[in-house]
Amino acid sequence: MSYGEISFEDRMSTVDFRVGGRAHIEVDSEVCRSCTTKACVHACPANLFVPTADGGILFNYEQCFECGTCYLVCNGAGAIRWSYPDGGHGVAFRRG
Amino acid sequence: MRFDAVVVGAGPAGSAAALELARAGHSVALVERGPYPGAKNVYGGVVYGRILDELLPGWWERLPVQRWITRRSTMLLTGAQALTVDFRTQDWGRPPYNGATAFRAELDAWLADQAVDAGAVLVPSTVVTGLRRDGGGRVTGVTTDRPDGDLTAGIVIACDGVNSFLAKEAGLYEQDPEHVTLGVKETLALPRAAIEERFGVSGLDGVDIEILGCTGDIPGGGFLYTNLDSLSVGVVLALPGLAAAKIRPEEVIAGLKRHPAIAPLVRGGELLEYSAHLIPEGGYRHLPRLVGDGLLVAGDAAALCLAAGIWLEGVNFALGSGMYAGRAAAAALAAGDTSARGLAGYRRMLAGSFVLADHRKLRRVPDLVLSRRVQRQYPGMICDVVQGLFTVDNPRPKPGLRRLLRQSARAHGIRRRDLLRDGLVGLRSFG
Repeated sequence: MSYGEISFEDRMSTVDFRVGGRAHIEVDSEVCRSCTTKACVHACPANLFVPTADGGILFNYEQCFECGTCYLVCNGAGAIRWSYPDGGHGVAFRRG
Repeated sequence: MRFDAVVVGAGPAGSAAALELARAGHSVALVERGPYPGAKNVYGGVVYGRILDELLPGWWERLPVQRWITRRSTMLLTGAQALTVDFRTQDWGRPPYNGATAFRAELDAWLADQAVDAGAVLVPSTVVTGLRRDGGGRVTGVTTDRPDGDLTAGIVIACDGVNSFLAKEAGLYEQDPEHVTLGVKETLALPRAAIEERFGVSGLDGVDIEILGCTGDIPGGGFLYTNLDSLSVGVVLALPGLAAAKIRPEEVIAGLKRHPAIAPLVRGGELLEYSAHLIPEGGYRHLPRLVGDGLLVAGDAAALCLAAGIWLEGVNFALGSGMYAGRAAAAALAAGDTSARGLAGYRRMLAGSFVLADHRKLRRVPDLVLSRRVQRQYPGMICDVVQGLFTVDNPRPKPGLRRLLRQSARAHGIRRRDLLRDGLVGLRSFG
């Protein structure tokens, strides 16, 4: 594996996640449909947000770094609601 | 359950606060949402331990260090240029030391151990979901996501990090994306021998490289640190710039790693872990309120990260603010007054120490460092001056420095007025 050629999937496989059953991110796709910037798509370091054909946003919470970038760059008031995963779950960095 | 104090978040701020409270004889719960302290934490990679002299004397014998920083470089990059100011001293490689690289899962866990040894109760894998208050709005404890897990306390210290939901709930903090940056980091495996050769160090000596001009149109900077047998390389990106740029954070790291000055240093390093975290970089002018009735805020939750160009420090400010929060809380508990007035000693202690003094002195620097001129114009201007200085252009005679500076400033669209003004801000801040 040499740098620069690593797939995003391989990149994320280096991180330990203890996935909980409850989604700690909520997205209101209705609001997203009227969003022209969709800044979350590029800004999320874990690449969790994917635009859909109908203008909405598809997301997953399982590989979330819990950084908070998504809701801070979101310009559609309240489109992304974000809290912490349940105790003991979520990302578990070893070399942070 | 009732404690004298509940500290939320077992990072450096929380563990320092819990340690001081426990030492003063108070019962204290140290609540951590991760499975272990440090699980949720990421930083560039260097901790400055001087404040630990006061908190944990002889810390350098026990702190889980990767390497001691004996060499500090500041780099200015353009597409094909690099100017490095490089300093090394062996003084930093022996007691009492200066800075060290360390992993947060090890560093934070060790700090929490010190609080536990002093008598604090560590409660991991538990999210604090909100504040409990009495009719008058005074904080009386916290709610958690554990069944019957609410905790009652005379005082709550919020060390719950950059997104501090507790400081926001208490109305102390309006988190503004304008003053938040995203740090993304790769930890790359590299044999010790390769690190020693590439970075010119031996034993446990290590290198800290701070980089300006490597983040394209996004205001920010880069870093490269040596661990024992790995490197930490990454970038810090201003959120508004990142949101507008339509480029992914890991692509900015990839660009840095491809730069001719950086590529030979990181070549062949295999990715061990990819990580990311927000950084509160607004500085003194954008600090939240730090004290409420029954509530103190410390560390990143208090936005106490120093992002002042040549100085990038956070863990020491977390340790310092946590330590003073713990002392102020202990004094308030002993005096029987944990109202905002009874806790006012916290702000005074911070103002009388490096924690607020450094921030106050450097209050103009965060805006300057992230300005368009410092980000997009000065690196190129300075590199061109140096290139002009060292390009032998015979048969033409050597140009004078003043002419080079004038030419380069003009070529990069920099007005003399702005240069003088920025120089003055620099002088007032760093002078």
